Amino acid sequence: MKLVSKNFDVPDSHKLAVCEQNGGYTRIRKALEMEPQTIIDEVIAANLRGLGGAGFPAGRKWSFLPKDNPKPRYLVVNADEGEPGTCKDKYIMTNDPHLLLEGIMIASWAINSHTCFIYIRGEYVKQAKILEAAIAEAKAAGYLGDKMFGKDFPLEVVVHRGAGAYICGEETSLLNSLEGKRGWPRLKPPFPAVEGYLACPTIVNNVETISYVPWVIELGGEKFASLGSERNGGMRLYSVSGCVKKPGVYELPLGTNLKDIIFEHAGGLFEGRRLKAVIPGGSSSPVLTPDEIDLPMDFDSLAAAGSMLGSAGIIVLDDTINLVEALAVLARFYAHESCGQCTPCREGTGWMRKILDRIVAEGGRSVDPANLERIAKNIIGNSICPLGEAASLPVIGFAAKFPEEFAEYVARGETAKPSTTAVAAVI
Amino acid sequence: MPTLTIDNQEIKVPAGTRVIEAAKLLGIEIPHYCYHPALSIAGSCRMCLVEIEKFPKLAIACHTVATDGMIVHTNSDKAEHARTSMLEFLLANHPLDCPVCDQAGECKLQQYYMTVGRHNSALLDNKIKKTKARVLGPHVILDSERCILCSRCVRFTAEISKSHELGIFNRGDHSELLNYPGKALDNPYSGNVVDICPVGALTDRDFRFKVRVWYLDSKPSICHGCARGCNIRVDYLRRRFHHNDGKRIARFKPRHNPDVNGHWICDAGRYSYKQLENEDRLLTPQVDGTPGGWDSVLAGAAKAFAGHVSEFGVNSIALITSASLSNEEMFTAQELFGNGLKMEKIAWRIPPGPENKDDDLLIRADKNANSFAAEKIFTSTSRAKDVEEVLAKTEAGKIKAWIVLDADLGPAFGDERIAKAAESLRFSWYLGSYRNATSQACRFVLPSTVFTEKEGTVTNFAGRVQHFPAVVSPLGGALPLLEIFAKLAGRLELPTVETNPARVYQSLGQSFEHFAQPIYAAPTAKAAPTSKVS
Ligand SMILES: Cc1cc2nc3c(=O)[nH]c(=O)nc-3n(C[C@H](O)[C@H](O)[C@H](O)COP(=O)(O)O)c2cc1C
Ligand code: SF4
Ligand code: SF4
Ligand code: FES
Repeated sequence: MKLVSKNFDVPDSHKLAVCEQNGGYTRIRKALEMEPQTIIDEVIAANLRGLGGAGFPAGRKWSFLPKDNPKPRYLVVNADEGEPGTCKDKYIMTNDPHLLLEGIMIASWAINSHTCFIYIRGEYVKQAKILEAAIAEAKAAGYLGDKMFGKDFPLEVVVHRGAGAYICGEETSLLNSLEGKRGWPRLKPPFPAVEGYLACPTIVNNVETISYVPWVIELGGEKFASLGSERNGGMRLYSVSGCVKKPGVYELPLGTNLKDIIFEHAGGLFEGRRLKAVIPGGSSSPVLTPDEIDLPMDFDSLAAAGSMLGSAGIIVLDDTINLVEALAVLARFYAHESCGQCTPCREGTGWMRKILDRIVAEGGRSVDPANLERIAKNIIGNSICPLGEAASLPVIGFAAKFPEEFAEYVARGETAKPSTTAVAAVI
Repeated sequence: MPTLTIDNQEIKVPAGTRVIEAAKLLGIEIPHYCYHPALSIAGSCRMCLVEIEKFPKLAIACHTVATDGMIVHTNSDKAEHARTSMLEFLLANHPLDCPVCDQAGECKLQQYYMTVGRHNSALLDNKIKKTKARVLGPHVILDSERCILCSRCVRFTAEISKSHELGIFNRGDHSELLNYPGKALDNPYSGNVVDICPVGALTDRDFRFKVRVWYLDSKPSICHGCARGCNIRVDYLRRRFHHNDGKRIARFKPRHNPDVNGHWICDAGRYSYKQLENEDRLLTPQVDGTPGGWDSVLAGAAKAFAGHVSEFGVNSIALITSASLSNEEMFTAQELFGNGLKMEKIAWRIPPGPENKDDDLLIRADKNANSFAAEKIFTSTSRAKDVEEVLAKTEAGKIKAWIVLDADLGPAFGDERIAKAAESLRFSWYLGSYRNATSQACRFVLPSTVFTEKEGTVTNFAGRVQHFPAVVSPLGGALPLLEIFAKLAGRLELPTVETNPARVYQSLGQSFEHFAQPIYAAPTAKAAPTSKVS
């Protein structure tokens, strides 16, 4: 069964006519006959979770919009897709932009918003062009613009390209960037639903989340919910990368077993290789050992296993991969992408990068693993936005689960260099 | 009015109060860097993390609003650990160059390291190199490596001076506070960023490398730069004058007063301390440019006065006074010359030049410290309030003598005009602090002290009476104006003049309702504490 990816393989699926031949824009017509509140209730019943990473129930988020605020409301679609290991939103925007637009129309009608911004990752030049073309087509057809399908409900959709910062995927940073300010996350509260774009009530949702909305309307909330697992409604796109035979984006029910995703859908490992580790939900999610991957891929099960479903970007690492080097790559990424606003993340990510770079280059010191873990723990819970945590969890996970890989580096470093206590004394 | 508990003490606070302010009311200082009560909340340094019961994680006290029943622990193990960790992070890339840093001794990094840090360095890697010694503008210099990126200075230039010169550039641990390309930190309030910078990143080009702050003493004072009367702190040396180019006064700092200047002062006021001990100070009495002792010069001055009065009458003499004298000095001058000697021409009004304008923060067009009191005190008897009028009458030959009280007329009327007008005078006294065209045009020069060398009160444009103590002793042979008045009165055989400012103020209050409120501390009361810059 396929929902969001149903038309991915249809030639010219990004064109309005092709999309309409394949069921496009039928759900919005149905939705416009429904009361906005009824739509929100269906989305709640569907257990549609936010698929950008945090898994917050979409319907509940929509109900947080203040009822008595006279300011305009905005819908912002998060198409920044920066999480390493994740490429699902790109597939949607490339292959079925009208599905996203249909979702935007339904959501806008449901929350009574007349302006939607799609904040798209700067590197997605092609996708931005496809979206622009799709919007033009929809406008020409009278689906968007002053009237939506003849209804007195104006809706403008604006594509806004980011400039290449991972942090601008964080919703409040995104809003600052959209306003033309520096992409620094905001303090919360207030949350965007109360004070978002230009301090007006704003709903920020991921591309994939919004793209499932038409399917909630088509199937009905209850049916949609039943496709997934408990409290995790429907399906989602799993991006599988790394050491597997068939890397790619797979649409499967929420709760599909991780082992099955890797070994059945993604074709399993290359011949003669042994599984070493799996990062289950984008680079920020704590790593799993081969013993830990027999579990259903939904938000709650992964949280129970001490990891996160996150963006469902599954990164498979086999025995050809040096985990300390892999961790150093991640540390470099987060240190480079930390916005630098708050102390623990700014200083901590940079410090962890320095240590890991040094370990890789010249071997470690006996104090390094414990110090890495200590730095990571001092970041967690103390930063403004979750990037600090995202940078720390992998370090803690790798150090705790694969101590022997670090021990090798430490042994190498300690024999080659004077003892750390002597160095520390000099410093 | 929510009631919350902080470290086992209950307190009721107005709705909307942040936890950090609620704690302050209880006398608890929660360590902080980015928070400043006069700026928007950044919440970025994370130094103010506290534990709040029922919260899933630590919360920042500067942003969290106090709610009813909230239970806050500022010193729990978790809060303390977080604080030490934040400090460790802040120091990780800090150059630790305290021995050559001007902020040493008043640095929040040093202070919190000693109170809540005291960790050992775990650093084995190199620190990040950043911009050193970049001149940002006329008054401020930046050492980016010392910057902790609290953004206070950025917010100051965005929200208070509204001049937008500073920003934070780059990301992660390469983030750097800098001025925008091509834009100098050059606004009338630029020096304030040095005060609010919690570390030694922004230092004062003027104060730099002059003196270590632990050799400084402080006294509260009132800036005499304009009619605002900003509350200041005078930092001065009591010994080791060789540290400060031989000067005693090292700097002015703003002193918080929500009703007058908030947390700020303008640059003109801040650097006005420089003239207090400059080479233009008058340090010895003089007759016709020749220095003499107090006794002989006073005797000559009194003789000239008496001779003149008997020949031309007192109405041929004009008293020209600065509108920056203290309330006490103005009142004594009025008693002595106006009521006592019955002089009718007392002039103090000089309209501000076109370059002087009120702005919407502190600066007043009126560059006098005490015009308000001059209007109150001299108006009753004076018949020639405008200096222009006195000048014209001098030029017309109607006024034949001047007694000038610390007023430099050159800037408003031109040095040449003053010199020319003075040529026709039969006699002239100059009682003042600085050598200038007016003092040089006068025959008898009696050196008086500047405001940091005398006690008194001044009244700002809004009528607020503010006290300032003598910070340092008189320079050279200068004397406080009240004492010079007393000496002159003695020579002229007039009734004794009171020289104690507190007692003069009492008499002033009896004559003028506006000054009836007590200002001077009762003799036994302790001096008001000097508030530090927050
Ligand atoms: C550092 C960081 C980066 C993020 N990047 C993205 C992103 O690229 N795309 C995205 O949809 N959400 C991203 N998020 C999550 C958003 O903040 C937000 O939760 C999400 O857009 C909400 O949409 P959803 O509820 O539909 O998931 C990021 C969060 C963080 C902390
Ligand atoms: S946690 Fe990192 S990315 Fe987030 S605000 Fe702090 S410095 Fe910026
Ligand atoms: S220069 Fe000072 S005030 Fe400005 S951000 Fe750096 S530490 Fe803060
Ligand atoms: S003082 Fe609260 S975060 Fe800086």
